Amino acid sequence: MSTETPARSADALRKDDDTSAPAKGAGAVGAVASWVDERTGTAKGFRYLMRKVFPDHWSFMLGEIAMYSLVILLLTGTFLTFWFVPSAGHTVYDGSYEPLKGIAMSEAYASTVDISFDVRGGLIIRQIHHWAALLFIVAIMLHMFRVFFTGAFRKPREINWIIGLTLLMLALVEGFAGYSLPDDLLSGTGLRAAEGFMLSIPVLGSYISYMVFGGGFPGEAIIPRLFTVHVLLLPAIIVGLFTAHIILVMVHKHTQYPGPGRTEKNVVGFPMMPVYIAKAGGFFFIVFGITALIAGLVTINPIWAYGPYEPTQVTAGSQPDWYMGFADGALRLLPGFLEFDLLGRTWSFNIFLGAIALIPVLFTIAGAYPFLEAWITGDKREHHILDRPRNAPTRTALGMAAISFYAVLFFAAGNDIMAIKLHLSINDITNILRLSAVILPPLVFWVTKRICLSLQRRDRDLVLHGRETGRIVRTADGRFFEAHEPLDAHTRWRLVAFESNRPLELPEGSDSNGVRRMGAAKQRLRTRLSGFWFNDRIEAVTPAELAAAHHRGEYEALEAAAVEDSHPQEFGGHLHGGAEEIGTSHAYGHLEEEKSDR
Amino acid sequence: MSEHDNLPERSSGSSPVDLSKGHVEGTGGLPARFENPGLPAHVHRHGDDDDAAARRSERQVAGLFVLSMLATVGFAVAYFAIDKNSTVTLPLVGVTNALHVALGVTLGLSLLGIGLGAVHWAKTLMSDEEIVEERHVLRSDDGARQGAIDVLTEGGESAQIRRRPLIVYTLGGALGLFAVPLGLQLVGSLGPLPKNDLSTTLWSTRIGQRDGKGGRKRKLMRDPEGTAIRLTDVTLGSVFHVLPEGINETEHPLNEKVKASVILVRLEESKIRSQRQRDWGIDGVVAYSKICTHVGCPVGLYEQQTHHLLCPCHQSTFDMTDDCKVIFGPAKRPLPQLKISVDTEGYLVADQGFAEPVGPSFWERG
Ligand code: HEM
Ligand code: FES
Repeated sequence: MSTETPARSADALRKDDDTSAPAKGAGAVGAVASWVDERTGTAKGFRYLMRKVFPDHWSFMLGEIAMYSLVILLLTGTFLTFWFVPSAGHTVYDGSYEPLKGIAMSEAYASTVDISFDVRGGLIIRQIHHWAALLFIVAIMLHMFRVFFTGAFRKPREINWIIGLTLLMLALVEGFAGYSLPDDLLSGTGLRAAEGFMLSIPVLGSYISYMVFGGGFPGEAIIPRLFTVHVLLLPAIIVGLFTAHIILVMVHKHTQYPGPGRTEKNVVGFPMMPVYIAKAGGFFFIVFGITALIAGLVTINPIWAYGPYEPTQVTAGSQPDWYMGFADGALRLLPGFLEFDLLGRTWSFNIFLGAIALIPVLFTIAGAYPFLEAWITGDKREHHILDRPRNAPTRTALGMAAISFYAVLFFAAGNDIMAIKLHLSINDITNILRLSAVILPPLVFWVTKRICLSLQRRDRDLVLHGRETGRIVRTADGRFFEAHEPLDAHTRWRLVAFESNRPLELPEGSDSNGVRRMGAAKQRLRTRLSGFWFNDRIEAVTPAELAAAHHRGEYEALEAAAVEDSHPQEFGGHLHGGAEEIGTSHAYGHLEEEKSDR
Repeated sequence: MSEHDNLPERSSGSSPVDLSKGHVEGTGGLPARFENPGLPAHVHRHGDDDDAAARRSERQVAGLFVLSMLATVGFAVAYFAIDKNSTVTLPLVGVTNALHVALGVTLGLSLLGIGLGAVHWAKTLMSDEEIVEERHVLRSDDGARQGAIDVLTEGGESAQIRRRPLIVYTLGGALGLFAVPLGLQLVGSLGPLPKNDLSTTLWSTRIGQRDGKGGRKRKLMRDPEGTAIRLTDVTLGSVFHVLPEGINETEHPLNEKVKASVILVRLEESKIRSQRQRDWGIDGVVAYSKICTHVGCPVGLYEQQTHHLLCPCHQSTFDMTDDCKVIFGPAKRPLPQLKISVDTEGYLVADQGFAEPVGPSFWERG
């Protein structure tokens, strides 16, 4: 700006220019990289990103599948928009699909039939789109289960848990909107039901329905409106939230399962470049490829077979896409007496609870869970090492109970099909399912918790007494032992690397001093919950316990030693006679070896 | 860190711990917990040491990539060569469109070739040595936090927020209200108010009616043929799907069908249990709304033996001999009856509209 700097010659000004010239030998790649970096300064970030470490585990691929299905959906969906006509306008079909010739229908339906029969390759795109939508939601849900059962929602990842739930909810709505677009008999029936749902909303129901449909059902507004929601509004929000989700994963760095060398302060795995790029990039193609194969071989949503939407027709056994099944099932189970007239108004709780309230309630409970658990444990630390599900028995049991409830609702959506297949009356099936919705979750809770605790006990046994070798050894005095092989430190670590929360104890005198405060009531609730969560817990084996186990086994081991001496080559472990005993001397034998190894 | 350090001397003779008591913390110098043994040593794969194995992997990866290219070519060939109407019979799948299957399979293989090749490459040839990256606490340090607070307070002070409450309140008001016009436009223009639209059907108006007066009763017409029905056509056990006369001349035939669709049957009069039901029909011929009172599916399935109407959506079951009361399922209210009679020519006509709203319940129906 100013002319006040003549002290610097032009050369001096240029002096700094060349600092980021490509390194020798970097060639064309280096030249391009340098060109970009000089204009964006991204080399540092790029290097950081390419060196980023991701731990490897099959369960971490579930989120990836969801991500790739989303990409597939965006791609194929965009293709579909080129031929799909989002209009309820009337037309008479004149395409190459004979059975529909001359039939009156909406342009939306006609164009979807055209995509299926007259646009070359249109059907494969449509089928990939629909299969990917189904896969998308399966993957999100399984991914969510993984996150829940491993405790990956704990601090600092609560925000991502909420974002994930929102994504799932939006995906359900997005799927329903897409399913409704072709305006075939099934999707029209679905929309009709959706209108019934809206009508059940207290006070505002009919207003909401008339707003959404631009008047009475079905009207002509809903298809174009759903189209905008389906291809613009929701995808934009979903992509935005998904981006935030991924950025947070980068910021937090991925969680990892407990294992030797893995701590709360590190992340162990493979670097982005090249391993993860190859694995994850390759996996995208695998997901896409499998979706394309399935789409080519298995027909989904053959709308041409259903015919156009006719309000007076319906097909028997009409069912929504699988992900809406649970809400449909809830509707089938809720008894009619939940609808009543009060104060001259109709309260349709038989519909409202299942169709409108259920999803938000379930999502609110799920969204609150991380905060509830954190409040109960009082744990304010960051957690990057995942829990093995068995090591959080109450959480795992609660999760399984919730899944069982969901499963009952889901199966209820097929109560008519079950009745036919099982030759039972639909009334009986429905009543059994109603009962199951109440009884099964507590039962599943109890069973899961027992299973977790016994798995934990088995882990303890393994650590304390080593692995059964299946080899029976006879001692000098004729007794039989099974040889046990102690765990090496790495294997053992996997089994002992967890903490069990202990139940809170009510602070001294909080009951007796007679001072009733809000805080005290809250504290009591917290104590009670904490008891429910952690009273019957099993803790990891401590070094002291291992030592004690060895100590108690000494006697048998001394006896066994005699046998061992005669087979020094094949017997490297120690012996196990009764239930608990292992020999101290041999238990330490492997440590000696290990030490000399280092 | 050797494991050895964590364990007592062998001869320490420390008093045995009762294992049945569960968790026991260390005494006698034992740490409370085991210590992390650290990363295990890297185990070499075949290809890491064996050059032949590595070359085999290389060939496999390249083979998969070649497969992908071939499949891509196949896709293009199929796209142009296969007639779009030709079919092919496949095991398990049955008869399908040949072009569709060919495109799906070639596309699938071309993608899988790339994917499997890349993953195989990563698994066999790329380093499988795990790398450790450090984590850092997310929380900013105290200085940075204070800095953020300072920026806020300084900014607020410079804007004189504290000293000028008037500005703060009016800004709050303006921001609070600015969304109202947008919301108003949306809510106000999305759709008309329902008024009594949900409570009326085409049956409640008459053909050729002017200003609510005159005209004649609407005939019951077969759906979809659109022909009128004589009383004598309705034999015992027959079922008619019915729409009101003139429905196709209305502004929104679909909207009218959604409300006005009716099911017509003849029952033995002796089987009809309610007098009202008998009175609103003729000679055992009765007409009921076909719209389920649950969430509005057409109640399409009629069981002749039991005289039950079944809704295929959620299996609500209505008993036609008992005023279409719900005998099973999630619906609450009976299907409304349409009062019918015979006109001078012998055709079935509706005397009046339904006495109550048809279809799903809504708040104002009372
Ligand atoms: C984010 C997740 C998405 C899901 C879960 C989803 C789901 C669906 C479903 C289930 C259908 C019915 C398909 C059928 O069987 O006919 C559909 C149709 C459609 N989708 Fe999507 N979709 C998504 C994203 C998109 C995007 C991003 C676009 C466009 C940019 C799009 C464009 C369309 C179009 C035009 C149709 C109607 C044409 C047809 O059905 O053939 N979709 N969608
Ligand atoms: S709509 Fe008829 S039972 Fe639900």
